[in-house]
Amino acid sequence: MTSSVKPPVVHRDAHRSIRDPRYGYHSFEIGSFKFQRDEYFVRVTYPKGTYVVDVGNFLRAMMRDVAWGFFYGWVNFDEVFGTVNRYGTVDVFVGSYNAGYVAASTDFSECFDSATLFTCFKALLKDWTNEGYDPFAAPLETGSPYGSRHGNNDQAVDFQRELADRFVGLPGDSQPRTDARGFPVNRHFDDVPQHEPEVHAEPGFEGQLAAFNLFAYLSRSPVTWNPSVVSIVGESAYCPTSEEHILPILHGNDRVEWFLQLSDEITWQVADKATAAPRAVITMKAGDVAAMPADISHRGFSPKRSMLLVWENMTPGLEQRYASGELAPTAAEF
Amino acid sequence: MTTATKFASVSDFEKGGVEVIGNDQPRRYLFSNLFDVAAKSQPWERVVVAKNLEFTIECARAEGESPWYLSGHDETVLVMEGTLAVHFVQPAVVPGGAGNGATRLSGTPSGKVMGHVRLQAGHLALLPAGAAYQIRPAGLCVVLFQSLLGAESIERWAEICQH
Repeated sequence: MTSSVKPPVVHRDAHRSIRDPRYGYHSFEIGSFKFQRDEYFVRVTYPKGTYVVDVGNFLRAMMRDVAWGFFYGWVNFDEVFGTVNRYGTVDVFVGSYNAGYVAASTDFSECFDSATLFTCFKALLKDWTNEGYDPFAAPLETGSPYGSRHGNNDQAVDFQRELADRFVGLPGDSQPRTDARGFPVNRHFDDVPQHEPEVHAEPGFEGQLAAFNLFAYLSRSPVTWNPSVVSIVGESAYCPTSEEHILPILHGNDRVEWFLQLSDEITWQVADKATAAPRAVITMKAGDVAAMPADISHRGFSPKRSMLLVWENMTPGLEQRYASGELAPTAAEF
Repeated sequence: MTTATKFASVSDFEKGGVEVIGNDQPRRYLFSNLFDVAAKSQPWERVVVAKNLEFTIECARAEGESPWYLSGHDETVLVMEGTLAVHFVQPAVVPGGAGNGATRLSGTPSGKVMGHVRLQAGHLALLPAGAAYQIRPAGLCVVLFQSLLGAESIERWAEICQH
């Protein structure tokens, strides 16, 4: 059987960068895209036009895209610009999932080798992040992203999220967060009990039983909107995260994703993944559970730092089964 | 502003909800509240509140000692309310024919005692593959199991979800 759909051209050439003497930042070029920043804005030029965005919003989104290795599916920086993870390659697009851009034929997309694009984006993030500004932090907990280039914050940009192989606390696996490990309790969670479970293993079974205080673990998260992995069952992963202010991306699902609100409250704006048309507003309070179908994008708003359990399915090839229609976009019918 | 952290319980929860825009349908989001589910469940019913193909998160009203369960794969238990202990036994005989999910054992399994864990609200514990376990709550508790769809899993989406 042959397909009439041609595979996309994959760009594998390394990025180019030139220092702009006006502001001290480098501009970056990869494929047909050029990225420039000034004191306030990022300007992306591409063969069909120009896209401009606030530099703080751009860096917060770029931080997640880089730290998550392009994540699952669509990482929309806003309703116009973003990336799509094809798992080995990544599409960079302007307007491809915005009905207005598509109708005007001003949408544009190029496909890149994942490692090549990652190198470019990481270099950009390091160059454009100034001393005192942490794009992973809540706005009230960090400095300003604006101004001419001054210093850097490589420690923040290089932050590695914690990914358990099986379960937090098992020998050789990810460990609970403590003061000694450099994870103090966040200012919004100073009322969260910190007691740890009692684990009593009989001789011969040491290291086989494990338990930890998940709420305390989350109360000590130094960043926002950045899921860790704490337990794996089959291909399913508990990915808890602490949230404050606005999710810096609109995550477009290539599979069903679940949210369990463990504390406080988040409001989600849900849009059509293909057109960016609004579909729903979901308010989640402590104990609420909701699925994000595979055909939407979502963005969260958390007025107080809150605890969210994100539950992911890492089954290989799942994105193709949803994209082909083999699997319905919803998790269950009733 | 207040920064008091808001957790919930069976006696103190408030549900949010889905507001659709246009012709979307709330049922697509399978919106429920685990404390609402626990409030309306019988003890140790494992009600599926989240499902991702064969993988599940099951909510149980943990009241009185649970049956002994066994699974051929890892599970976890997250305590959302209350205080409890989980006791583990390495069974001398593993029943055959078990599929995914938890299997309810008849009676107390014979075998080596592996130990126990004592948990409070917010604690997450591993239920290792091949270890029989029994949960012993101190009063009313609510727990979530991270598991796979199996004989003990109960799906009642129409009853628990907004639609």
